[in-house]
Amino acid sequence: MSSEILLLFTFVLAIFLGVELISKVPSQLHTPLMSGANAISGVTIVGALVAAGSLAEGTVSVVLGTLAVVFATINVVGGYLVTDRMLAMFKTKQHGGDK
Amino acid sequence: MNQDTLVQLAYIAASVLFVYGLKMLSSQRTAKRGNLVSAAGMLIAVIATLIGQDMQYQWIILGILIGGAIGATAALRVPMTSMPEFVALFNGFGGMASLLVGWAEYQRNLPEWSGGEPSYITVVAIALAALIGGLTFTGSLIAYGKLSETLNSKAILYRGQQIVNAAIVAVALIAIIVFAINADNPTTAASYAPFLLLVGLALVLGVLATIPIGGADMPVVISLLNSYSGLAACAAGFVIMNTMLIVAGSLVGASGMILTAIMCKAMNRSLGNVLFSGFGAVSTAGGTAKQGEAKPITPEDAYYILENARSVVFVPGYGMAAAQAQHVVRELGEILEDNGSEVKYAVHPVAGRMPGHMNVLLAEANVPYEQLVEMDEINPAMESVDVAIVIGANDVVNPAAREDPSSSIYGMPIINVDYARTVFVLKRSLASGFAGIENDLFFKENTRMLFGDAKSSVQAVINEMKEDA
Repeated sequence: MSSEILLLFTFVLAIFLGVELISKVPSQLHTPLMSGANAISGVTIVGALVAAGSLAEGTVSVVLGTLAVVFATINVVGGYLVTDRMLAMFKTKQHGGDK
Repeated sequence: MNQDTLVQLAYIAASVLFVYGLKMLSSQRTAKRGNLVSAAGMLIAVIATLIGQDMQYQWIILGILIGGAIGATAALRVPMTSMPEFVALFNGFGGMASLLVGWAEYQRNLPEWSGGEPSYITVVAIALAALIGGLTFTGSLIAYGKLSETLNSKAILYRGQQIVNAAIVAVALIAIIVFAINADNPTTAASYAPFLLLVGLALVLGVLATIPIGGADMPVVISLLNSYSGLAACAAGFVIMNTMLIVAGSLVGASGMILTAIMCKAMNRSLGNVLFSGFGAVSTAGGTAKQGEAKPITPEDAYYILENARSVVFVPGYGMAAAQAQHVVRELGEILEDNGSEVKYAVHPVAGRMPGHMNVLLAEANVPYEQLVEMDEINPAMESVDVAIVIGANDVVNPAAREDPSSSIYGMPIINVDYARTVFVLKRSLASGFAGIENDLFFKENTRMLFGDAKSSVQAVINEMKEDA
């Protein structure tokens, strides 16, 4: 039981950490923040990999796991790439884009 | 040190990189690197998982290839104007992945649990991953449909809507309880049936909870779904007892919640009001329409005023995105700068269909970051602004929010363009905005209306300026 309590403990602390981290983001960056955070939520890929790759599985579990890998990978790859694309466009005047 | 410890250490490293990456995302200077830092964390997490235990790799490789190809193609192709629906869709995919992880884990544990000793924490976590993941998935699909205008973006309301939704939630909770009680039942159908029911209800709930929310409230919905996708990942973390998943999921959950709160505050409404009231579906009677006379001007008139303006502020809204006018707006801004004006772009927090969307479009059009200013920054300086140019924004510049207590948007913070010496409003007609209320701004003494498509209007002004130069 104690390990579950530890997980709960971690969960609560991480929520507070997240609130502290994000509360100061300027509104100009809200869209990239959201798509970047969205990419992080693709971390569920870790669970998907375990399910899709486990050796002694029934087929159903592997099929579900593989589907989960597909969805999570779309989320991770697409999320990071599009965030990078967006952030590359935010330029300051010094190195401002060509006119 | 055994292999498992190494994997756990790698997970800690990944968590730190996520935290640090998110922190760096909060400043324009470090944001791009921050995103890479967080991506590096993800890579470490994936590699550690892959080498941490014996696995068969063929399905994993297949899944990653398919998902990677779809994700990369979509991310590189999506136009910036479509970013809201893109992010909405991706939120949904994250939710679906978490649902599937919960389901796969349930399926894997089933032989051991039936007739044995299930871990009830895991059982409940599986149920929550299915519930949150499922409703995030279909909710996001509806949001995608509304944002891309595949579906009608109007709020869909019907009598007893909230009772129906509450009933579904209640049945879903009962399904979770039945599922948990029967997790050790030797007859697998006894727990599988309530589980499948739960998945079905979650999917239906996502649809029903999103349809009553209208187009203008989409910034709130996207933020909320963003938060849910994180919480779903969190639930998946409890399912597989993985601390990193819980940390990363909570960070995303928290960030989505904060954005949701910021959006609600920027509309001066409670979350409950946004989610349940179907704002804008019925044209609210509020607002005494002090109709006056709108003063239309031609691009030529606009040019004469702009020529002598020392400071100009553009206030874009969703209409700028719809008209794809961001590039001509930037061009006009540059011409004005060359002419000696100080040019700024002021963006309301809920302008457009997702938080910060207008800023992305202006950045895409090469507007330098320091010219993008927040509402709270521009409002105190508004009285010294010569010309405020409103492009496709309506409710977020409606002075009724400040002056008219009977208005349905009264109390909402707005960009006080009416305090500028002259206001240009670029608009197709005098029609009301999402909130369905008249905008007194159009009839103010210092307001000039430039009717027509935003892009061609701006282009016409540019032509006037060039002709004369």
